[in-house]
Amino acid sequence: MTTPLSRRSFLGLAGLTVAASACGGGTKLGSGSSAPAAPAPTFSGGEYSGPKVTLDFWNGFTGGDGPHMRTMLAAFNKEFAGRIEVRNITRRWEDLYPAMPTAIAAGKGPDVAVIHNDWIGTFAARQVLIALDDVVGALELSESDFIPAVWGAGVFGDKRYGIPLDVHSLGDYWNAGHLDKIGLKEAPSDKVSYEAALAELKKAGVADPFWMPSKWPAHLMFMSLLWQHGGELYSEDGAKALWGSEQGVEALTWMVEQIDRGYSPAKVAIDTQYAAFKNDKVSFTWDGIWQINDLKTNAPNLKWGLSPVPTIGASAAVWSASHNFVLTSQAGKDPNKVQAAKFFVDHMSRQSTEWAKAGMIPARNSARQDAAIADLPQIRLASDLDAFHFLPALPGVGDVQSKALELAVAKAVLKEAGPAEALKDGVATADKLLAENKRKYTR
Amino acid sequence: MSLLTRTEGPVRRAVPAPSVGRMRWWTPYAFLAPYLALFAVFMVVPIGFGFWTSLHEWDINLPAKPFVGLGNYADLFDPGSVDGSRFWTAMRATGIFTVASVPILIVLPLAVALLMNGRFRGRNVYRAVYFAPYVLGVAVVGFVWRYLLDGNIGLVNHYLGLDVQWTTDVPPVWIALVGVTVWWTLGLNAVIFLAGLQDIPRELHEAAMVDGASAWHRFTAVTLPGLRPVTVFVVNATILASANMFGQSYLITAGAPADQTKTAIYLIAETGLRQFDMGTASAMSFVLAAFLMLASALVFGAFRDRRTP
Repeated sequence: MTTPLSRRSFLGLAGLTVAASACGGGTKLGSGSSAPAAPAPTFSGGEYSGPKVTLDFWNGFTGGDGPHMRTMLAAFNKEFAGRIEVRNITRRWEDLYPAMPTAIAAGKGPDVAVIHNDWIGTFAARQVLIALDDVVGALELSESDFIPAVWGAGVFGDKRYGIPLDVHSLGDYWNAGHLDKIGLKEAPSDKVSYEAALAELKKAGVADPFWMPSKWPAHLMFMSLLWQHGGELYSEDGAKALWGSEQGVEALTWMVEQIDRGYSPAKVAIDTQYAAFKNDKVSFTWDGIWQINDLKTNAPNLKWGLSPVPTIGASAAVWSASHNFVLTSQAGKDPNKVQAAKFFVDHMSRQSTEWAKAGMIPARNSARQDAAIADLPQIRLASDLDAFHFLPALPGVGDVQSKALELAVAKAVLKEAGPAEALKDGVATADKLLAENKRKYTR
Repeated sequence: MSLLTRTEGPVRRAVPAPSVGRMRWWTPYAFLAPYLALFAVFMVVPIGFGFWTSLHEWDINLPAKPFVGLGNYADLFDPGSVDGSRFWTAMRATGIFTVASVPILIVLPLAVALLMNGRFRGRNVYRAVYFAPYVLGVAVVGFVWRYLLDGNIGLVNHYLGLDVQWTTDVPPVWIALVGVTVWWTLGLNAVIFLAGLQDIPRELHEAAMVDGASAWHRFTAVTLPGLRPVTVFVVNATILASANMFGQSYLITAGAPADQTKTAIYLIAETGLRQFDMGTASAMSFVLAAFLMLASALVFGAFRDRRTP
């Protein structure tokens, strides 16, 4: 074993092993650092029957989705009081991801967590997660009930690490008052009419109908447009960045054109496009569907609607991601926790309908057809499942995105470089990072 | 106590030469020990460990941490590498911010301190008003100014009738960051200068007045020399504080435009704590520390009292 174990955790592990085998259970323990080698007890469904355990549950539901998750957890804790207690720890995603591996290494992290699909590869490679293949069997989950790309994203190195809870994507939010001025009932869905609408809106007195961000979610817009034009993000083997292609240049050029045509102010600061949309100054803004509840609560006077992102390229495509339940190597140190956590994941993943009310799209095909949620604004975004595109589960892809792709998009939108030049520089950086990651994570 | 009783023994016996043998060779070390222990545990060991880390490809939670020698440093000094180009962009940002903010953060607080040192009605209110922003945390300052300064929806442009992108365009973004920092921390330096001013004996000023010195002469011949020790401290502390700037750019610009305001500390935190690449982050820290030590040495050199041999 190459992992330097601290003496205390080694003793702790040894003690647990002795205790477990003394109980006659004969179960092997997954030691945190070598989880794949030591299988956790098999989960076969049914209720948890061991001694009382407390599970630390980390998630990043700080927005309009938070209250729904808390309601679901309160119901769970009430139903299984005295047996399983789930302690909820919610922090912003951008703080959660950097903290999680270190906290788990220190034994102060989550036992079970919700993470995005694009982090599964990185965390699995870092041995932060433990495999969940038996839960899949017990839940009788199968690919046919899920959006294939979502289902595939939970697998890393032939093992399943994530159980999808939902899908969320970029959507096109529109200001109903503005569209009314030009006689539209909802956002146009193709390039010609979208551009015509922008021109009309400008004429009708909306100074800047479509603010182009340079930071988040600019890269999500770029990726959506890239896929629409038929481009790809990364090569299959994860060795090359492909987003500097002709299609990438077309996608980024369209974004910059919105500024040149006077539909967007130049150099929009982070989050300003969304703040301006809430303040009735913007006609269209592309943002995540998790903003639905935020708009309902914090902009009650704004009349707005939500449509799928328009098809600017050849075919419909939109950036999507999914929230996934994962078990951590910290829980893996205690077989009771593993059992309880798997039971918890099983239970929660059956609540997709409740979770849909948090603004998400259920990952299960069957759940989306539920009459109770069919009228929610985000459900119609899922009518064309082929449009959903996901980041590949390459280990370390997050670093490549932030150091190369996001920077390239920002440079072009801020007009520090032309789209082609910005992408070329970005791809050069990305290729170096991909090579570095390959070396780092396959060692 | 034991130290004292132990040293008493030889003193009593060695009556002929009381001063000899009063100190064992280890006596000074014994007195130093308490501080030395703290210094070792909280300074020497972490610095040593940091340097050791910088010699490895040290990822917090990957089991393999291969030794790479000075590879991380070589990477930083290779402009073609990803980390190298990012690091020098960040060092440039830190440099621009330090050079732009330090002179203002010395001269303006000194002027404020001179005014506050006068006698007039409401002096305490005036002092409190200048110091007040410093009480705020960087999160409050950053968040408030991020929205005030926004180029499209901010109040600053609205009231001044300007169309300047304070948070996404260079050079306005530097004016904004320096301006916010000056507004925020001016009070601290002013209070230190004020304390220094009050330490200058009144007699010196009176004597100079009797000799017929003008106000300007008294300022350059009495006030400034009297403030020298305080100024050395303020200049050094301000350079270090400016070079460690993180919160303002993290909260107000998030590095915009395109990482041009991502300072060295920002990049080090991001590399080490977000991307878990502790080896590169430690190497960056040591290079930054070397620059700061050089800057401090230059400051001490510039303020050295040249009259004493």
